[in-house]
Amino acid sequence: MTVLFYIAAVVAVLSTLMVVTRTNLVHALLYLVVSLFAVAVVFYTLGAPFVAALEVIVYAGAIMMLFLFAVMLLNVSADSPLRVPKLAWLGPAILVAILLAEVIYGVTRQSQPLAGAEIGPQAVSEALYGPYVLGVELASMLLLAALIGARHVAARAGDEQEAAESMERARAKAEGRTAQPGQGLGAEPDVIAQPDLSAGPDVATEEGDA
Amino acid sequence: MASVSLDNALVLAAILFAIGFAGLLARRNLIVVLACIEIMLNAGGLAFVAAGARWGQADGQVMFLFVLAMAAAEVAVGLAIAIRFRQSLKSLDIDDADEMKG
Repeated sequence: MTVLFYIAAVVAVLSTLMVVTRTNLVHALLYLVVSLFAVAVVFYTLGAPFVAALEVIVYAGAIMMLFLFAVMLLNVSADSPLRVPKLAWLGPAILVAILLAEVIYGVTRQSQPLAGAEIGPQAVSEALYGPYVLGVELASMLLLAALIGARHVAARAGDEQEAAESMERARAKAEGRTAQPGQGLGAEPDVIAQPDLSAGPDVATEEGDA
Repeated sequence: MASVSLDNALVLAAILFAIGFAGLLARRNLIVVLACIEIMLNAGGLAFVAAGARWGQADGQVMFLFVLAMAAAEVAVGLAIAIRFRQSLKSLDIDDADEMKG
């Protein structure tokens, strides 16, 4: 298990280094998948198999799929390669190396063994739906807010108007079944669009009703 | 070297966090910046799981699940912002969004 930990740790560090240095965006994201797989193996060696499975399913599966969808949607391959000037690494590398040295010094002053026992899904679930059940509810609200927020941010300004118009058309069409089409609450664009859109379906529904 | 110790796992988490942080400072592409934030959040989760394994408690893994949910929410909103960014500025370089001169 110890050897597995060190191998996975080396793979994780190397692939994460590749993520931040690649100039091709898709290559960087694929290295990130490798990095997440390696961290999943590290979780397994630490005695957390449930979290290791979730790392693969949610991080390497769902979140990376979201990244790749965004890359395809943005047509990033049309861009030039993402060159980073060598000098741009100097400042961040020095600062981060100092911080990292401090953290490693603080962490490694005394060696503490792990408990060794594996914590399975059952223990995690009992904690999750026992004392942490409020956190689960808050996480669900956070995800819902992110869903609505992402849709709202990514929608173009014209999309809202278009959606409102299509709802208006649908309502006018529903009213057109009882009343004369074109005399609903529709605005001017609806009056123009009404005969074209509703002629076929309305005839069909009238025949269906009769 | 009988078994993995807590400090080894924490050092790994610190190294991953530092790499992500350096990438965040040096890279200018919005998608790469988001990926670096993911690396840093993942390293933080690794520290949680390692600490939970040290004391044999499930709480560390529970905290990792919350970090996971937060990372998913963050990346969804971040990528939506990237799409808007691309549409309005015709690029993904965060230095192009300097109109506020902050």
